[in-house]
Parts: sequence; C-alpha cells; structure tokens
Amino acid sequence: MMNKRLWGFAAGAALAALAAVPASAHRQWMMPSSTVVSGDDVWVTVDAAVSNDLFYFEHQPMRLDAMKAWAPDGTEAAIENKSTGRYRSTFDVHLTQKGTWRIASVADILMGSYDLNGKTERLPRGTTTANLAERLPAGATKVKTAEANNRNEIFVSVGEPTTTLFKPTGKGIELAPVTHPNDLFSGEAATFQFLLDGKPAAGLPVTVIPGGIRYRDQLGQMDLKTDAEGKVEMTWPEPGMYWLNVTTPQVEREEGEGGAPPPLARRASYVTTLEVLAP
Amino acid sequence: MQFSTRVLVLGSTVGLGAALTAPALAADPGTMDVTINIPRLKVAEYHKPYVSIWVEKAGAKAKTVAVWYDHDMKANEGTKWLRDVRQWWRVSGRSLAFPANGITGATRAPGAHKISFSRAQLGAAAPGQYTLVIEAAREVGGRELLRIPFSWPAKAGAGGRAAGKTELGAVAVSFR
Repeated sequence: MMNKRLWGFAAGAALAALAAVPASAHRQWMMPSSTVVSGDDVWVTVDAAVSNDLFYFEHQPMRLDAMKAWAPDGTEAAIENKSTGRYRSTFDVHLTQKGTWRIASVADILMGSYDLNGKTERLPRGTTTANLAERLPAGATKVKTAEANNRNEIFVSVGEPTTTLFKPTGKGIELAPVTHPNDLFSGEAATFQFLLDGKPAAGLPVTVIPGGIRYRDQLGQMDLKTDAEGKVEMTWPEPGMYWLNVTTPQVEREEGEGGAPPPLARRASYVTTLEVLAP
Repeated sequence: MQFSTRVLVLGSTVGLGAALTAPALAADPGTMDVTINIPRLKVAEYHKPYVSIWVEKAGAKAKTVAVWYDHDMKANEGTKWLRDVRQWWRVSGRSLAFPANGITGATRAPGAHKISFSRAQLGAAAPGQYTLVIEAAREVGGRELLRIPFSWPAKAGAGGRAAGKTELGAVAVSFR
C-alpha cells in the first residue's frame, strides 16, 4: 500500500542528515586538479568536501563510498589513493584513455515513513527501492515513500572531448551537453540541457556560483531556470572554477512556520564543478 | 567563368610546384617566411616557451603548422604541458597525436627564429583570407597570442607583422 506523496522542504531538511541529502546551506563539491588535460600518462587528483564557501574545505569531507569513475569508452575505472581527512576527501584517477572521463558520486535514496503499532516511523537510512520490502517490518501500514536521487559529478577530458559518456541512465537529474562541459571559456555562452529521469526537465532551478567566495563581498550567484526543453544558457563572466547545482523545485517555508508538515515529494539534485578557461 | 577557372588552376600549380614551373612565373610566391622573436627575459627560473603556430580560415578547421615543445623527454612527458598553449589546444592541438609528423619541433632559445611554410603546408590552397596565429606559453611564466592576417594568392615581399609584449617579441611574415 505505497503512497507516493509530496515531501516538502521542512521535512526534507529534517531528514537531511539521515538520508544523506546534501544539507541546505552547505554545498557539496568536487575539485579536480585539471579538467583539460594533455599528455600520454596522466592522472587527475580530486578533492571532495562539503562546505559553505566554494571551494574551501572547512566543514566536512565528502564521503567516498559511492565515488566511481568511468573511462571514455564507458568502462568503470579505479578510484585510487582514497583518503578521508577531517575536512576533505581526496583521491586519484589514472586517465588511461583519450576522451572525456566522468567521476561521480550518485545516491539513490528512498525517504518516507510507515505506521506500526499506532506509531509513525521513518524508513531507516540506506533504504532504496530495491531493499524496501526487506527493510519494512512485518505489519507496517500506511507506507509513504519518495525517491531522492542525488548526483555529484565532474568531467575531465584528455585530448579531444568526447560525448560517449553522456548517455543518460534515466534516473535523477543528468546533464546532456549542448556545450561540452570541458570546453568552456569566459565571455562565451554555454548551453546545457538537464534531464529528469531521462526526459528534458522544464522549470528546474539552476544555481551557478563562481569559486573564490572567501575573498569577495558578493556571492556572484547566477539564478537560472531550465526552459521548456530543459535547457539553460549562461555566459561566464570570468575564468575560474564554477559550482553548478540543479534541483527539483523546493517549497520555500519560513522558519518556525506552523501547520502540518508539507507532503512527501520526489526529489533530485545535481552538482558539478565546471572549469572556465581564459580566452 | 572559364577564364577565371583557368587562372585559379594556374595559380595553384605555381604554388605547389614552384620548382617545376618556368622562372618567368616565379614572381607568384609559394612560400611564407615567418620570423619569430622570442624575448630574453630576466627571470630567476627560465624555461624556453612552448610555441604553436597555426592557420585559421573562416569556416575551416584550424591547421597547425608548427609546435615547439619538449618533444624529446622520456615517455613523451613533454606533451603534458601542451594544453597550456590553451587557445591552440582548443582549436587544434587536442585533436592531434604527438609527436606530430612535420609539425613537432624542439623549443627555441631567446632570439630570432625563421621558419618557412609552403602554401600546401599552410593549407591555403583556396584563395582567400587567412590568419596566422602564434601562441607562446612558458613554464612558470605567462602566455601570449598574436594574430597576423594574410591572403592568398600572396604578394612577394613583406606581408604583415605583430609584436608581443611579454612572451613573444616581434613576429613578421613575408612571402617569396
């Protein structure tokens, strides 16, 4: 008796730690040593953290449990030299093929609740669509679930950028490059298309923030929205590293607002770090 | 129509096969000479710059005619910094394999360097407007890019110049 209902902002925030959804206000990010690479035997080193300021590791390391890498031909590659410190994680990927590599941490989580013996309980951490049946105790009723798909990924190109890796999985928010994410230059416009569950996603809020926040007064955030085709266009004001975040729309609620918690909703988020070069 | 077609054919014949044609037609240039000055810099740590030279034409893919880099390091390690010649890397370098035949050369010391290209090397078979682009990037240093427009058929003699401020000195083009 599953009932997919809307899952609003407050409830989502309350569950954030539990469900490993990136907590609001803190930004999850990866910072690669390079995104445009030449040479025959090259590596990329990546820092991964969760913090307020981009890109300074100062709050929590990003966990590497779900970190994976894919070579341009689609084969999975090893995450090497993994280390998680107090403020950041770090790892290496040996870029043994020419073309565009993907490094991603993807979490597909099932949030929700059920009633048992007259009490409402939350679904335990680590619940997914696949293991829901075995996680639910016998006698559970009024099962309410909503899926959350969180994808944080970066791209690195050795030699000419390729697009073989951009075939969508059909789950959560994914990037379809109109402009290749490893071919970005300041002063030029770039267009990205975002898919939600494999289909162009209209009306998704897109946030773009340039790195280096610590040393400036203004955040310089660009707030954009995907159009009817799921596309968004932006012009990079400066060279540098940019954090890009796309989410399913969230219901804004005032702090301490009363009333019933908003209903359960399917959530998805997407994060990438983009390098914009000087022309 | 017929007449201009014949002129075109004649022109390219002269350009490609200058050695075979009569001396009377030698006035039609078939070669571009480029003089590139690499500045002497007073810095604590100096490395000779990586330099790429390529030809652009509207609507055509950029054509690399020379790239000077550390091509003789073991395991081709010198290719690691090719991407720092970043405009060239974007328009042409990233699609090449290294060492690139007829293109790869050693880095050059400060001073004037002359390098010559045939019309065929320049990919300038079609008459029209072209741009020669010279980009230099230096390890622990900066990067600079210069553009010199030229047209083909070319006139014998001087054919454009540009002067850099940091990583490149004067660059001059002439045709013969």
